[in-house]
Formats: sequence, structure tokens, C-alpha cells
Amino acid sequence: MARVVVDVVLKREILDPQGQAIARALPRLGFAGVHDVRAGKHFELDVAETVDDAELHRMAGELFANPVIEDWTVRRL
Amino acid sequence: MSPRIGVITFPGTLDDVDAARAARYAGAQPVALWHADDDLRGVDAVVVPGGFAYGDYLRAGAIAAHQPVLRAVADAAGRGMPVLGICNGFQILCEAGLLPGALVRNVGLHFICRDQWLRVDSSATAWTTRYAPGAEILVPLKSGEGRYVADAATLAELEGEGRVVFRYLGGAPNGAVHDIAGIASADGRVVGLMPHPEHAIDPLTGPSADGLDVFGSAVDALLSVASTSPVPG
Repeated sequence: MARVVVDVVLKREILDPQGQAIARALPRLGFAGVHDVRAGKHFELDVAETVDDAELHRMAGELFANPVIEDWTVRRL
Repeated sequence: MSPRIGVITFPGTLDDVDAARAARYAGAQPVALWHADDDLRGVDAVVVPGGFAYGDYLRAGAIAAHQPVLRAVADAAGRGMPVLGICNGFQILCEAGLLPGALVRNVGLHFICRDQWLRVDSSATAWTTRYAPGAEILVPLKSGEGRYVADAATLAELEGEGRVVFRYLGGAPNGAVHDIAGIASADGRVVGLMPHPEHAIDPLTGPSADGLDVFGSAVDALLSVASTSPVPG
């Protein structure tokens, strides 16, 4: 078994109101200096050794992320 | 014989009953379709109604877009069957690749629930022929992820080909690009919109009856096909 992480985040050009709301909350808690926050999704997969990187990227592009609005990274732990 | 309009129910669908009622008001026979079936039961058109299919897990419409019934809908749409996606149904059609672009979280993060004025910008689709171009209609809007987005090339194509079907009047309350509330496929047979015409078919139960002509337009389209082709199917 291998542990794989897929991270998905809205493309830069798409406004992320959730990230903005988080960024606006930080100064209220006394944290200064954070100019921008982008919120995303983090998936942890346990996969068989037979699953290769190409297949992981296909999974990411077809289900975990919507390529129209999101970018993703796949990384093996 | 009245046309048969299928209405899909997924786990989490909310507006299938109103969609079926709207089809009936417009003179069609509503046919219940189930998400796990790959059989469209011989319907002439399909409505993908609103709600929260599969709890909107992952992304709104993402799981529903890969269910057996949607594969059957995609095949039928490829043959020109009229398909209408309302709200969550619009999100599902975008996720399934039947319509371009995507729906994301509203600007301001609030779930918006209100009666909304729209302008019908295209009468050239299977679902809008009964409207005069530029007609203004009042229908409910109720969504948290209704902000339509698409890349610049897609937007140029939609605008250039007159495929923006519905636009929010007075600015998009959810931040949708170009105030887009609804769009059509290149052949005008598949239409998706965030507001709910099926909730505005009778002043007794909605803000207007302005939405009924969406369903009436499809009935017209189906009857004109039936009258020109002597062999059914």
C-alpha cells in the first residue's frame, strides 16, 4: 500500500470568497502580515502499489478536481 | 399524444416534484427517472432538477455527474434530446461536461434565496422558444454555489454564438461572470440555469407564472418533431 495526497485549490484567476473571509479573520485574532489565503481540499488515499502516477493524475483530473476551475497536485508520502 | 418529459431523482434531489408538476402544467407527461438506472424509459426530454444530489459532496454535482442515468442523458443529448438542468441540475450538467464552465461559491458566501428578475437573451433554444427575445421574467433563485465562471475563450464563444440564455437583471447577486444565469449547448438543445422556472408556473404558488413557458417551449419542440416525423423514435 502507498499513501498518496491529492491537494486541490481554485485556480488563481477564480475569486475565492472563502479564502478572503479567512484572510479577513486573521487580523481580528491578532495575526498580521497575511495578505492572501486560498482555501482548498486535501485528500489522503491508500492505494495499491500497482496504481501508477499517470492513473493518479487521471483520478485527480476526473473526480477530485474540476479542471475548469481547479488546479491539483499529486504527491506520494 | 403528449410528450414524455423525464425528471431525474438523485439521493438529495429536492425539486423533482415541482419539475414534474411544471411538465404536467405545460401539457407533457412527467416520467420519474432514477439515478441508478441507465434507462431513460423512452422519454422525449429530460429535466435534471435542483437540490443537493449526493449532499454536494466533493463539489456540487460532481458525484451525480458520473451516475448511470447521466451517461444515458449524455448519449441522448448527443442525439439532440432536449435536456434542462435547473440549479443543482445545471451544476451537474457542467460537471458532466454537457455544458461549459462551472458554478462556484457565491461572492459574499451567502446562500441567496429570493425572487429574481432575469432577461431571456436567447429564444433559439429548445427551452425558450415561447419567450420574446429580451423578455423579463421573475423566478425564484435559491443557491449557495451559483456563481457561473468560465475561461475567457469559453465566454467569448458563448457570447459570440448567442448561447447566454438567461441573464440576471440589475447585476448578478452571486457574482456570476457577465451576469450569466443560464447557458445553452452549441445546438441549443441542452440548457442549464441557476434560477428555478419550475417554482414560477402558477401565481398561487410562486412569484409569477413566468417560468411555465420554459416547459411549454420544450413541449412545442417535441410536438413539432413528432408532426414532421411519421415514424416515432
